[in-house]
Amino acid sequence: MISAILSYEFLQNAFLSGLIIGIIAPLLGLFIVVRRLALIADALSHVALAGIAGSLYLSQQVLFFSALNPVYLGIASAVGGSLLIEKLRGAYRHYEELAIPVILSAGIGLGAIFISLSKGFGSDLVGYLFGSVSAVSRQDLWVVIVIAIVVIAYIRFFYKELFIVSFDPDYAKVSGVNSKYIQMLFMIITALVIGASMRIVGILLVSSLMTIPVAAAIQLAKSFKGALIYSIVFGESAVLIGLISAYHLDIAPGGTIVITSILILLLVLAWKRIQNMRNARAVKEGIL
Amino acid sequence: MTNNIIQLDDVSFSYEQSLALDHISLQIGEGEFWALIGPNGSGKSTLLNIILGILKPSSGTVKLFGDDMRSFKQRERIGYVSQKSNSFNSGFPATVLEVVRSGLTRKVGLFRSFTKKDEQRAMEVLRIVGMERFAKQNIGELSGGQQQRVFIARALAGKPDLLIMDEPTVGIDQQNVASFYTMLNRLNREHGIAIVLVTHEIDLVTELATHVACLNRTIHFHGVQSDYKKMDDDDISRWYGHPVRRVHHQMPEVQQ
Repeated sequence: MISAILSYEFLQNAFLSGLIIGIIAPLLGLFIVVRRLALIADALSHVALAGIAGSLYLSQQVLFFSALNPVYLGIASAVGGSLLIEKLRGAYRHYEELAIPVILSAGIGLGAIFISLSKGFGSDLVGYLFGSVSAVSRQDLWVVIVIAIVVIAYIRFFYKELFIVSFDPDYAKVSGVNSKYIQMLFMIITALVIGASMRIVGILLVSSLMTIPVAAAIQLAKSFKGALIYSIVFGESAVLIGLISAYHLDIAPGGTIVITSILILLLVLAWKRIQNMRNARAVKEGIL
Repeated sequence: MTNNIIQLDDVSFSYEQSLALDHISLQIGEGEFWALIGPNGSGKSTLLNIILGILKPSSGTVKLFGDDMRSFKQRERIGYVSQKSNSFNSGFPATVLEVVRSGLTRKVGLFRSFTKKDEQRAMEVLRIVGMERFAKQNIGELSGGQQQRVFIARALAGKPDLLIMDEPTVGIDQQNVASFYTMLNRLNREHGIAIVLVTHEIDLVTELATHVACLNRTIHFHGVQSDYKKMDDDDISRWYGHPVRRVHHQMPEVQQ
């Protein structure tokens, strides 16, 4: 395996990208989960689908697009979608969650139109939907690296503000933390992480890499910092195990990564249950 | 002669058609402990929201620490505690220490991280509210009264001169309410922090506050606690719009 990675550039691209998104997706995912925005990640990934399908269609029609990496249009449409969600949430102040199905269906709708126009699913598109070990180019890897730098800088610089806006938005407002503009940036950053992750886990499964490792982490962590570390450890393990098995079994990595993270979650839940039973027994024996 | 830290002049506020606050004038000085009482819907929370700058008065002026509200920049001088766990999700993965430290967010400033010093400050305020033993515990594991102490510690972290509290004892067991108020009294006396506390418990808190204001759309009474105690229950009932009988509590823990 290691010698294969050393000798093939495509494997280097896939593994390096995988290791990076294994950090940034659960890192941002923790904030998404505690702020109950998990569905927004889903909506944005479907908007990215519209961008990818649009770019693939245009590459058949317009010479310029045949040279353009579809990832760019995918990221651009996810960022556009994130701004639209914010606008829509503002328009429906009492039904903020309505923005999510509206944008999600718009994404799938547009995606369906472009896919039909380009005469159905090519192998390219399947790679974008479920991820791919072999299709990650050097250019894709650079996109992932640049996005990772932006995401980590954002969380590094706004950690305090993100914490307080997530934990207690009313208090954040009263204490003069400008949550409106942090929220706007947050949506754009989410779109960027989706853009970075889709080459490896696929558009349809991006949001699961942002939420499932976090779901396991918050079962174990007492502190926010602990939740962050667990999320990254689980995310990274899922990506590594998922990529290695996808390579050996020749299947889409999106599937193996997500199923690995679900297995991690189940293990954590089982472990937690055993712990609780043990504690309950200890309490009971203490009383008797 | 104390300086006014809050000065409301002729402040009115309306929600669409209904007048919630009618020409309110009130001065609150350094180190004073005000109980703001009144029946439900009397505009108490509206008044707090105006002082906090969340709502803008329809007319009148608000000054905080001598500065006009609109140009007031020293937000960190005000600590705020809302009704118990109003907006926080109890499954949130955060320790007591992390929550208290978050009270320093604005003071530390944008783009900077918390330091060891901020952590020490958080421990210091946890000691003040008697919660230092719980620093490493998850916030969701604490009782309502304990959580409320943690939120007070969060409000105190930035060394405010004024603590504003909106019905902080709602949802706390009765037996813990008295010790909670005693702690507030101590904060006020020993640390010189001015307190404005909204409540509809008229008995306990008025024993501890230095000043009382009765609000029902307009201010019916404001003044020192001893004058409030001399008031007739019938007068208070008239302001409330329903019969009110005060019970005089003994607060043995408080040294006068």
